[in-house]
Amino acid sequence: MPHDPPTIAANLPSTQTAAPDKNHYQEMLDANNVVRPHWKRLLQVVNSSPRQMQQRQRLIHRQIRENSVTYNVYADPQGADRLWQLDLLPNIIPSAEWQTVAAGVAQRANLLNKVLADLYGEQQLLRNGLLPTELIYGHNHFLWPCRGVQPPGGVFLHTYAVDLARAPDGRWWVMNDRTQSPSGAGYTLENRQIMARAFPDLFRDLRVQHLSRYVDTLRDTLTRLAPCDAGETPLAVLLTPGRFNETYFEHLYLAQHLGFPLVEGHDLTVRDGTVYLKTLAGLQRVHAVLRRLDADFCDPLELRADSALGVPGLLDAARMGRVLIANALGSGVLESPGLLGFLPKISEHLLGEPLTLPSVATWWCGEKPVLQQALAQLKKLVIKPAFPSQHFDEIPGASLDDAELAALAKRLQERPYAYVAQEQIRLSQAPIWREDKSITQQAISMRVYAVATADGQYHVMPGGLTRLASDEHGSVSVQRGGGSKDTWVLADGLPQGAPPRARLLGAKDLVRGAAFLPSSLAENLFWFGRYSERCESGARLLRAAISRYVSDEDTQAIDAELTENLLENLQRMYNTGSQVRGRLSHENWRALVEIQRETKLMEEKYEPAAEPEEPATPEKLSTEVKTQSQTQSAKNQSQGQTQTIALPLHKTLTPEIIPTIDLGDSLEQLDRLLLSLAALSGFAHDDMTRDDGWRFLMVGRRIERLQCLAGVFAKCLREQIVHRTATLQRTALDWLLEIGNSTITYRLRYLAAAQLIPVLDLLLLDTSNPHALLFQMNTLDYSLDQFSLDQFLRESENSSDTSLRGLAQQLTALDLGSLESSLFGEKNTVDFLNGLADLLDNIALACGQLSDRLHLRHFAHVDDVSQQMVSS
Amino acid sequence: MNAAVTSTARYEITHETQYSYAVPVALSQQLVHLFPRVCSWQQCDVQTLTIEPAPTHQRDEQDVFGNPLTRLSFESPHEKLTLTARLSIAVNARELPALENSAKWESVSELLGYRADTSPSSDVLEACQFRYESPAVRLKRVFVQYGDDCFTTDTPVLVAAQKMMRKIFTEFTFDSGATEVTTPLIEVLENKRGVCQDFAHLMIACLRSRGLAARYVSGYLLTAPPPGQPRLIGADASHAWVSVFCPQNGWVDFDPTNNMLPGNEHITLAWGRDFSDVSPLRGVILGGDSHELDVKVTVAPQLIASES
Repeated sequence: MPHDPPTIAANLPSTQTAAPDKNHYQEMLDANNVVRPHWKRLLQVVNSSPRQMQQRQRLIHRQIRENSVTYNVYADPQGADRLWQLDLLPNIIPSAEWQTVAAGVAQRANLLNKVLADLYGEQQLLRNGLLPTELIYGHNHFLWPCRGVQPPGGVFLHTYAVDLARAPDGRWWVMNDRTQSPSGAGYTLENRQIMARAFPDLFRDLRVQHLSRYVDTLRDTLTRLAPCDAGETPLAVLLTPGRFNETYFEHLYLAQHLGFPLVEGHDLTVRDGTVYLKTLAGLQRVHAVLRRLDADFCDPLELRADSALGVPGLLDAARMGRVLIANALGSGVLESPGLLGFLPKISEHLLGEPLTLPSVATWWCGEKPVLQQALAQLKKLVIKPAFPSQHFDEIPGASLDDAELAALAKRLQERPYAYVAQEQIRLSQAPIWREDKSITQQAISMRVYAVATADGQYHVMPGGLTRLASDEHGSVSVQRGGGSKDTWVLADGLPQGAPPRARLLGAKDLVRGAAFLPSSLAENLFWFGRYSERCESGARLLRAAISRYVSDEDTQAIDAELTENLLENLQRMYNTGSQVRGRLSHENWRALVEIQRETKLMEEKYEPAAEPEEPATPEKLSTEVKTQSQTQSAKNQSQGQTQTIALPLHKTLTPEIIPTIDLGDSLEQLDRLLLSLAALSGFAHDDMTRDDGWRFLMVGRRIERLQCLAGVFAKCLREQIVHRTATLQRTALDWLLEIGNSTITYRLRYLAAAQLIPVLDLLLLDTSNPHALLFQMNTLDYSLDQFSLDQFLRESENSSDTSLRGLAQQLTALDLGSLESSLFGEKNTVDFLNGLADLLDNIALACGQLSDRLHLRHFAHVDDVSQQMVSS
Repeated sequence: MNAAVTSTARYEITHETQYSYAVPVALSQQLVHLFPRVCSWQQCDVQTLTIEPAPTHQRDEQDVFGNPLTRLSFESPHEKLTLTARLSIAVNARELPALENSAKWESVSELLGYRADTSPSSDVLEACQFRYESPAVRLKRVFVQYGDDCFTTDTPVLVAAQKMMRKIFTEFTFDSGATEVTTPLIEVLENKRGVCQDFAHLMIACLRSRGLAARYVSGYLLTAPPPGQPRLIGADASHAWVSVFCPQNGWVDFDPTNNMLPGNEHITLAWGRDFSDVSPLRGVILGGDSHELDVKVTVAPQLIASES
């Protein structure tokens, strides 16, 4: 074997090879370079079958790709999704050691909750000189309008995270508190899910503690504490800034696992101090908001006026005690390294006990003597901003030359209270699995999560997000591309405490269908339906066009014209689209133009036209489909699996796209695209509950297919059938069959070449053919009848002369027999076909009108934007 | 006491705000700061707020800085919103403090800062609310530099503040077209043009960046009609100035737009960290498309018997 996997022992740092760095704690090795007992079992597994380790590694990669675990990078909104990085080896922490950590984190969460209660209430800590006003009043996340707001149950801090680092002494030290809306818990749970699959046996043998109680507790706390009127069932939502947020994957993940609708600010509205979700069935009261939006962005009325992401009036709803907001608005004020040094005394004061977790040595420069101390050893320290508003990254003094140090010292002296100096921490090191099957040591820190329980205690997730540092000093930043590890906390055999009791559900709580279908979700589903169908129609047209060129039949002349016709159809299709919404049309039209250009090149009659700016691709089609599907599936956890289908669909095309189009490859790609689309529609048919959301999806699909087919058929009838010879007609008819995905059916039925009457019957009138026009019209009609909310729409629909129902009747009444005999003469045939083409055009037109009416009726308010105003 | 100090002025003030929307507004929420806060030198006898259309909900309360605040929401479609506040208010002249006798600015700055194991007095704690950055007042080095010649070593804090006020008054041009509500302060400083709100923010930034406490005061100012002409209705405007904390004197007002210490020609409505805390009308509407805003303020002095 060329790459015989080396054994682990060969890779362990040993006194002979690489001496373990005594300046760092080694997670796996003790001071004598001996493997710590709780690592032995993992190492056995690693050593016993290196090949299996590679398989596990691949499994992890695959899982991350398939679950689309991504982390968005700001300032890169286009190709923003970056795949999550998870190391194959977990960090392992024995039970006894964890108990100390967990108790310390719970104590700290409890303390910080009390500090928030004081700062937004009496402010005794400021009055007693236990905290400087500088760090509180000077903090841009101390939100004055929130002062006096009493959160339900007295809980300000529902979720809390703390960044811990293990110092050379083996103890875990606090580096940062996360109180705004701590991120990473969802990634931690996802890491665990993947790792448990990669090491199923080991995971069970080691009795690794489970993490599921975290989500259960969070759900339980929010629904129990949420203020409800008598008889109400609490509705909690997860408020996200949107899909460009760096941790959007996690918002989606948590919403699905919590069972909360994922909403954006514009999905909510406040009326008379009460928060409502805009749903298809009207406004539904929201009792709890789990926010992943910084508090200052949450309410443009009272907080940041320039926020377009918030809900005007949200703060007042909280003030009136009508909604629970987690974490309480204003909780971000505790995210300042300046506070670390004040907490031990505050703990004595508020809890009457010492703070058990030590903090990294910190000098808040707001006090003169402290400033002097910090200045004296600037080179050894890391300088951090006291407030997020300062917008600078921490500066290690060691990285500066003398001139830079002097400049930094001057900055500190100008506004000392805005700066914090911290000791450089030497992070512990944990083993990392590398692609070359070796193991190396890398510096780590660990983020641990706590969640408030309904009775005011804190549950600490037994595990956490172990993060890899880019350097030994611990600048750990996922935003900058650091990797992660799962953290395995071993059980000691004691029972882990009963899981929280679930709220008892009775017959009155039964729900059928999506009780809270946000209007924006319904809109997304509708457009998702339309775009996926448009993508399919486009792919069929493209495939038909391209296959002509790669076929070796000697029918080039006819086909060139046909292809022109096809592409024109495509153009029209997407232009119509742009009138409707214009989300897709630009890119796709460009793509099509490009393909058209390529095909023309082949015929050597290419003239440079308007240069498309981007390379061609059917990829663009799928990109939009993905975008749509993400938005919609994100918002409906019960249908989250749509994403599972739609994302591979996107991937089918993305990686293979070639800048210059090879037509053969394109055909293959289009086939794969069509297959994925079929999977999507299979999913929609078999796995989605039949609620109004599903109906909007299906109506969207029907409208799109009907509009596209009717338009293409009409044009083809006029230009390719009428006045043509039998041969030319046949080619065009073949082509229609292909676009109508009915070629095989036709062959099976007629065992003959395409002829006008049977083709028209199969494609227009045969209600057993799911690609036939009449089939679409009947299904659409039925679906619209099923809408529970739509009497108005049906009435206006039926009263209209050009209603689809009326047009369907006309189509049904069509007598293909009149094409049979030459008795009526050529002219009559022409008239008949032209009349049919007119009817088809009317059908396409009616589709557009129906879509507009649906939009006006159900989604118009979704697009309404809030605007801020101010007057002097 | 001399007559000038105890003299009282009485005003009838009308503040009319009208929004006209291009398309109907479905939902509107407004925060209104149009009633005067309680001050020892002011007595407001009449205050009314007329609102058209009638709001769906209305709540009167105090904001976190102690100013009267009216919360309004409108939940029926409307194409126009008109608010008219009418005040009848008496303002006493205030005794001018002896600026030279105030504490040195460095000592005031230090007094307001944190010292370990020391409980700040409630005055100091209150002053500290107005000592740091706020949404419209970012603290930057340039604001320190701009005030360097006013804050020379050991200058009494109120003298330094007066110099600061005079410097802004002298070097800046009042130009209502030069800035908008959202114009960053740094730009105001570069262009040396702006309105009262900008000058107040700038002076606050210069004071706070030296560790002093300064608050933003919103209100009205009696303006004199052009000689020989009658007072025009609606020709006045909201006004803004600055209040500076001094341990001996408490809060002392400075008006950098007019280079004067406010007396009984300044009518106080509200104060906060900056404009964003106390803007007369701040709101969010749903729909409406474009809107036009028309504000008319009239400050009419009333004759009253001398009370000396």
